[in-house]
Amino acid sequence: MSEAPQTPDASDAKNEPEPAAVNEPLVLLELIQRLKVRDVMTAKLVTVSRKDTLREAQELMKQKKISGIPVEENGRFFGLVSVDDIIRALGGGYIDDACSRHMTTQLVVLEDDMPLSFALRYFDRYHYGRFPVLNRDRRLVGIICQRDINRALLVELANELNRLETSFGQTPGLDGAYSIYVLREYPICKYDFENAGKAANQIKKVLQEKQFPPKVIRRIAVAAYELEINLCVHSDGGVLSWQVSNGRAEIIARDAGPGIEDVEWACRDGTSTANEWIRSLGFGAGMGLVNVKRVSDEFEITSKKGSGTTVKCVINIDLPVAT
Amino acid sequence: MTLQELIDTCGLESVFVPDAQVPVTAAYTSDLLSDVMAHCPDESVLVTVQNHKNTVAVCTLVGAAAILVVHRREIPEDMLAAARREGVALLRTPDDQFAVSCKLGAALKK
Repeated sequence: MSEAPQTPDASDAKNEPEPAAVNEPLVLLELIQRLKVRDVMTAKLVTVSRKDTLREAQELMKQKKISGIPVEENGRFFGLVSVDDIIRALGGGYIDDACSRHMTTQLVVLEDDMPLSFALRYFDRYHYGRFPVLNRDRRLVGIICQRDINRALLVELANELNRLETSFGQTPGLDGAYSIYVLREYPICKYDFENAGKAANQIKKVLQEKQFPPKVIRRIAVAAYELEINLCVHSDGGVLSWQVSNGRAEIIARDAGPGIEDVEWACRDGTSTANEWIRSLGFGAGMGLVNVKRVSDEFEITSKKGSGTTVKCVINIDLPVAT
Repeated sequence: MTLQELIDTCGLESVFVPDAQVPVTAAYTSDLLSDVMAHCPDESVLVTVQNHKNTVAVCTLVGAAAILVVHRREIPEDMLAAARREGVALLRTPDDQFAVSCKLGAALKK
């Protein structure tokens, strides 16, 4: 008996209740969107084969102090033997049977390039202790449990803290007008319209707190919003970063694909590759890059079909520029 | 004029109004969010058919005071929640964009 493992798809997620993580601090939200399952999972696997006995699986679990073992052969994943399976085998007197006869085969698995937020949602939904992780070729590449997630988040939070401390240490010109030093990065996921505009909104709020001139705030907000939406609509996911220092606001959108074939065409007013669904949401009018150029003092776009795109714009804060 | 005066003058339905006394000095009619980003003035009412939460995000960014959804289209829960969070008023009208824009234009001229 072998039942194909089920991989959750994106449409599942749309019907899910909001994960508990949405109430977490912003930095955690950023992390769980940026990190992939592969960044967090345990890749060094302890496995058994189908012909190994449940007793052998039990011994391994005891030795390695783990509560579940994947059953795999040459990367092909067949099922999972858990502590519950072992307890049942001991009670039922079949602990010396082959794993293939009693392993759990009705499993939900995750894919290694899914965002961590997806894994959290599935831990919340299914209450399983662990999920096997497959790659795009359906080969078993790891296993992920809550402890892996806690550990990865702690490491990433420590890195984030180090990065912030370093950037504060280099803060230039804090006393000058509009010379605050801010450096933030926001991971933007493809088609994540739930969060579209949030990064731009946060940028605007920081600038309002710092009492930047409203016209400057608007120009920066326009550029940030359009670049954020572009990442969401057109890229496979990317990062929006911005910084303000010494009278210059610099906003950069960087993604790893799919790249633009004709950059000049893409920058023309009214041209867009957006589909009908995206247009129905009010996006994809082909005005995004035009808007960014209009509000920018410097604008630069580099792209290559098949690889990534980087758009950089600079807005001089001290210079009065017509909007 | 205040938002409340505009609501009364044009017979608009208040779905969510966090502050009825905010000043309204302009209106902008568009269903394209990039167009709204580019041209919608602050202290304005955005007239649109786009009844989803991304419209709230855009209005927050441009400083619009209210979103006026035409054809009395249903306001989804997540749009209402976003409006509450950001303090953007949500209004509705059975009119289409042109009809209600005329009413707003006449009211704002006074």
